[in-house]
Amino acid sequence: MGVSSPHLGWDLLADWEQLTTYPFMVQALEAGAIVAVMAGAIGWFMVLRQQTFAGHTLAVISFPGAAAATLAAIPVAFGYFGACVLGALALAALGREGRSGRSGESAAIGTLQAFALGLGFLFVGLYGGQLAGLEALLFGTFLGITESQVTTLLCIAIAVLLLLAILGRPLLFASVDGSVARAGGVPTRLLGVAFLLLLGLAVAATAQITGALLVFALLVTPAATAQLITARPGRGLALSVVLAFGVTWLGLGIAYFSPYPVGFWVTSLSFGLYVLVRGVRSLSHIRQQGTNAPHAAEAAA
Amino acid sequence: MTEAIVLTGAAASRGGAPVWSGVDLAIPRGEFVAVLGPNGAGKSTFLDVVLGLLPPSAGAVSVLGQAPRAARPRIGYLPQRRSFDASTRIRGLDVVRLGLDGARWGLPLPAALSASARAAREKVEEVVELVGASAYAARPIGTLSGGEQQRLLIAQALVRDPELLLLDEPLDSLDLPNQGAVAALVQRICRERAVTVVLVAHDVNPILGYLDRVVYFAGGHGVEGPPREVIRADVLSRLYGSTIEVVETPSGRLIVVGTPDAGGHSGDCGGHDHAHDTGPDPDHAPAPEHLAGPA
Repeated sequence: MGVSSPHLGWDLLADWEQLTTYPFMVQALEAGAIVAVMAGAIGWFMVLRQQTFAGHTLAVISFPGAAAATLAAIPVAFGYFGACVLGALALAALGREGRSGRSGESAAIGTLQAFALGLGFLFVGLYGGQLAGLEALLFGTFLGITESQVTTLLCIAIAVLLLLAILGRPLLFASVDGSVARAGGVPTRLLGVAFLLLLGLAVAATAQITGALLVFALLVTPAATAQLITARPGRGLALSVVLAFGVTWLGLGIAYFSPYPVGFWVTSLSFGLYVLVRGVRSLSHIRQQGTNAPHAAEAAA
Repeated sequence: MTEAIVLTGAAASRGGAPVWSGVDLAIPRGEFVAVLGPNGAGKSTFLDVVLGLLPPSAGAVSVLGQAPRAARPRIGYLPQRRSFDASTRIRGLDVVRLGLDGARWGLPLPAALSASARAAREKVEEVVELVGASAYAARPIGTLSGGEQQRLLIAQALVRDPELLLLDEPLDSLDLPNQGAVAALVQRICRERAVTVVLVAHDVNPILGYLDRVVYFAGGHGVEGPPREVIRADVLSRLYGSTIEVVETPSGRLIVVGTPDAGGHSGDCGGHDHAHDTGPDPDHAPAPEHLAGPA
């Protein structure tokens, strides 16, 4: 006994060897790394563009897609990618109409989200009985990744990151300063649609690992944390990727040695990090204000 | 070619509705020009025509001796007030830099690796220095005051060494001392860099002392000339088609009386009725803003 149950020790190398004993664990680490890097990069732009609600909606839309694919007995990946690409196009069409007002847009997106959830519920109901499948769709299958899935994810991630590298700078311009970018000849409308498609692909890929509901642990939290830490675009983007990668591998590692699920660890780690950074920031902010106060008094005098 | 902008019998319409027509004007290069008029009279439309975003529905438009669209790379443009959300976590420097090469595809190389990236960084630092924003340009733009943001946006519009600078209501949300300071800054840039500046303004008084020329749009037409030859009772009465009075206060402010209120917003009727008696925007306390550029 004790041979099969993993045991965490102080010897990190031995721990790593234990962690990578089983192919399912190696594939989980590989898939996690791929998805985290992509989600970290795309997520940084999503947070900057204040499109987290659109991202959330795409994640929700992936659920009926995956459920429908299960029902039709085709590979689930088709369901994820198909639903998210369609969802991205739908969001782009909604955005075009609601361009004048953000609130009108978000209401339309919310409507779409509710409908997607209802559809997913229907497909699961039609499938009948298999509630274990439902849990995997919603909360992820970190440990059930096949080798061919890893290959698919890698291809998608390379394509998405390559496109992001080409579009990155004008996309940043359009995100931060749309009216000037448009006047300077940047096709802001087209970039907006292209970004939603990239976001859709990233969400579909991430949802296959984390499930539809935990996508945000990798898509939003690392990016939001990175933006709290630095306002430099290059560094923020890199930091977001590093953080997403870090929490994924750490979460997988901890979960391997603990009785609690991976999804819980990944979300808790990224949430904990976010809270920590926010706390440190507001503390230093208070201290700064404390030191600035005498100057302000001088200026007023 | 000594004219920066020439309109000959030009007309503009939006969505089929005419905004102004029969406008003839010639703005010489190197001048500081304000575009005035009530809300909806077509001030921003004028900028759109100059930028080539809106083709004139009649007449001819020439910008820097070229068709408007062709001249666009030589124009620096600051659109109507955009305030950056407080949560926008991008440095002022990055916003200025985007004005330089933000439209280019691909990723920029780090400055350590490429000479052109170093040159770009120096260019950004130069214009930031020019507008007197060096002290706070490295802070996230969302955390800066309206006046500080506006200076950085002017730096952004200047970063490509434009020959013509179009500023759409850059003073709109600033408190009174900052309006004067930004106007002085714009005039200095206009003189030192020989840039033609066209500035859309609500109220001519804070900038009156700096201007070479005004373009006044009202009643579907536009006139152009030196400020005190245009902001006159007879000229404006002809433009509006009703009796307008212009009063000059002992301190030299011009107050336009009797304009038909186009939009119903107080303070918008010709921009001059209220002078400054209404005071600056109460939301903008005269905080420790940077009142003047580097001495």
